[in-house]
Amino acid sequence: VSLAILGGALIGLSASLFWSQNGRVAGVSGLLAGLFQSGSKARFERALFLLGLVIAGLLFGKFSHRIAAPVLPLAPLAFAGVLVGFGTRLGGGCTSGHGVCGLSRFSLRSLTAVCTFIATGALTVFVVRAFSLWSAR
Amino acid sequence: MNAKQALSALGAGAIFGVGLCLSGMTDPKNVLAFLDVTGRWSPKLAGVMFGAIAVHAAWLRFAARKTARAPHSLAPSNTSAPARVDAALVLGAAIFGVGWGLSGYCPGPSIVALGAGAGGAIVFVAAMVLGMRLCDALRGLTKTTAKQSSPREPHAAE
Repeated sequence: VSLAILGGALIGLSASLFWSQNGRVAGVSGLLAGLFQSGSKARFERALFLLGLVIAGLLFGKFSHRIAAPVLPLAPLAFAGVLVGFGTRLGGGCTSGHGVCGLSRFSLRSLTAVCTFIATGALTVFVVRAFSLWSAR
Repeated sequence: MNAKQALSALGAGAIFGVGLCLSGMTDPKNVLAFLDVTGRWSPKLAGVMFGAIAVHAAWLRFAARKTARAPHSLAPSNTSAPARVDAALVLGAAIFGVGWGLSGYCPGPSIVALGAGAGGAIVFVAAMVLGMRLCDALRGLTKTTAKQSSPREPHAAE
């Protein structure tokens, strides 16, 4: 758990850096969506932030053996991906935008979003476990 | 955007990604364990959120105090979204939660996993972008119909 808090602190630091230097909310879903939207602002900045994420993964994958694989086969994984993309777009944010940045500024919208997606996420896990559709553990 | 901003964008992304890796959030099993409230629940994700929010909230407070003294400093414009809880917010978050609970991936970690070469992460990210595009397309449609049927639909564009 201490590593979790340390990692979280780095995420908070990153969000602060991005906010102060680039004037943007470090919300990954929003940054990604904007990348593929014609006429969106600061495409290059978005791309660089996302590239930073990819590079971090690349380095971590190289120097540590903690490369986690998806727990789902490809077809359900793609289905889940569509839900995540659609949902974050409609809801205006994900775990980083609503969770980290939104809660840090005590936004009611973000609090509502976070409670909602944790609730439906937990419910989904419960249902999947109950029907034992997959046995990842 | 100047070189400094380019560097900070890249650096912020990299620090964010390292934070996700260190905290184990790139492993879907850790995320699913947090959501598994009736099973073997793990508080890890809550720890990550706590660490991130503590640092960022403290920083925002500090910055706000500084801005109060020097009002000319950068007041970013893209936070002025109306603070309204609407159906789109709740429905979107609910749909996101289902995908999150199925896969254990949210956007950030899935992109880091893509960089780490985790098999299948590219499929997830591609599907995610597709879902985003789909939402934008649907919203474009409803916006046009809303405009045709009733001109008073001020939040459809939000």
